[in-house]
Amino acid sequence: MKKIEAIIQPFKLEDVKEALKGIGIDGMTVSEVRGHGRQKGHKEVYRGQEYHVDLLPKVKLEMVVPDSRAPEVVKTVCAAARTGKIGDGKLFVYEVAEAIRIRNDDRGEAAL
Amino acid sequence: MAQAEAKWAQMESAVKAAQSAGDNAWMLISAALVLMMTGPGLALFYGGLVRKKNVLGTMMQSFVLMSLVTVLWAVIGYSLAFGEGSPFLGGLRYLFLAGVGSAPNPDYAGTIPQQTFMVYQLMFAIITPALICGAFAERMKFSAMLLFMALWSLLVYFPMAHMVWGKGGYLNAFLGGRVACLDFAGGTVVHVTSGVSALVCALYLGKRRGYPSESMKPHNLVLSFIGACLLWVGWFGFNAGSALSSGALATSAFVATHFGAASATLGWIVAEWIKTGKPSVLGAISGCVAGLVAITPASGFVKPLPALVIGFGAGIVCYYMVTAVKRRFAYDDSLDAFGVHGAGGTLGALLTGVFATNAVNDALKDPAGRPLPLGLVDGHPAQVVNQLIGAAIAWGLALAGTLLILKICDWLVGVRVDPEHEIQGLDLSLHGEEAYNLEA
Repeated sequence: MKKIEAIIQPFKLEDVKEALKGIGIDGMTVSEVRGHGRQKGHKEVYRGQEYHVDLLPKVKLEMVVPDSRAPEVVKTVCAAARTGKIGDGKLFVYEVAEAIRIRNDDRGEAAL
Repeated sequence: MAQAEAKWAQMESAVKAAQSAGDNAWMLISAALVLMMTGPGLALFYGGLVRKKNVLGTMMQSFVLMSLVTVLWAVIGYSLAFGEGSPFLGGLRYLFLAGVGSAPNPDYAGTIPQQTFMVYQLMFAIITPALICGAFAERMKFSAMLLFMALWSLLVYFPMAHMVWGKGGYLNAFLGGRVACLDFAGGTVVHVTSGVSALVCALYLGKRRGYPSESMKPHNLVLSFIGACLLWVGWFGFNAGSALSSGALATSAFVATHFGAASATLGWIVAEWIKTGKPSVLGAISGCVAGLVAITPASGFVKPLPALVIGFGAGIVCYYMVTAVKRRFAYDDSLDAFGVHGAGGTLGALLTGVFATNAVNDALKDPAGRPLPLGLVDGHPAQVVNQLIGAAIAWGLALAGTLLILKICDWLVGVRVDPEHEIQGLDLSLHGEEAYNLEA
């Protein structure tokens, strides 16, 4: 099993969800996060007091999929989240040692 | 014949009653409008500008003043401000509001019950100290704040109100003062005193922990926006209500107030646009308040176009005060109580001496009953000097009084919260609650 963690632009979340649904993936966990890579932040000014905001709002998607499906999922997420500009985000793939469905103790891929 | 005389007397009293009813209706509404400026107006305006851990503490300061000052006013405040006494402080004839009832007090307002006048003036006594809270936001102990505000009302506000508005007050232009200072609705009494005291507080308490390196962005400008809009509307009660009647003078003050706010908003955002490249919402609402402050002393004395000039000037001057001047001298006037009220109030007080005209307000008459010239535009340049004296007295009283009171409060209870409380925020550490329990 592979865990796929994608950090994407918040406005791309719906596109990515749609695309994943299109290939039959609909289990995921989403969180609102803040961060930055190469993207520069922006300046805010409140009564002359300047603040440089460099941690920008992003959305983090996490999903665990069978090994066989991982390449397809990665391709789909990247394609759907891409605008071609700095700030599109990053995607990481991890090995998963075990998965357990809490309700009935299913193990491994059966728990996904 | 006797019948005709009786009829005449009857008609006369009916006319009086009708005028009294009209004036009283407007004055009661005005009193309510001025209270609305403190809560929710100022509470929202200031509450939105602080960090979210301090929003309740900040709003509480405004709200508790609505209670504290009311009690003080009933016991002794009204008497010290409006009772006849020395030129600098009123006497004790209205102690516990003795004799303040339905009969008008012709010295102040001959067509409304004195009780209406009393409660209207109370609302000014509430908002004035509440304005100071912007300077020591996010770091003053609640106990010290209560003590400070009680003493400040007694030592600074009541004397200043008496000097400018009380019968026989040193600066009262209309009721036997030595120096005829024109202050229609509180440029010196309200804004100079509170603004200058705010500066003293900011300097005495010192900067907030982490200022200016840590982010102290306003946590919710939507709240501030709503607060500013309520202030703008409430200010009609503040200024037009200061006519103490519902006639043409109230209308004139209403128009001047509105025009001042409008052009100050433009002044501030134009300055900001040129300087930073973007006209901000915070700039627009700050400019509006600056204009309202500056037009306050002038509102019942100036024509509409000078009101536009006063407002525009205030927008630019106050923008410069809260940006360049504050940065240059590096004091933490957290919500710019000095930059807006101290600077805007002083500017307005001085410009009142320039633009005041008896074409708007002819209450000041010579022995023959002809209206006296008021400001520079009436050919009376000495008025600018009178205004300068009035502003200087307000500055001096605020500086000395506030410093003394802070020393007393510091000695008795300590003015500043503990460092760990400041980091945790006033809402939790002083009041045991949080504003936004979104998980609840």
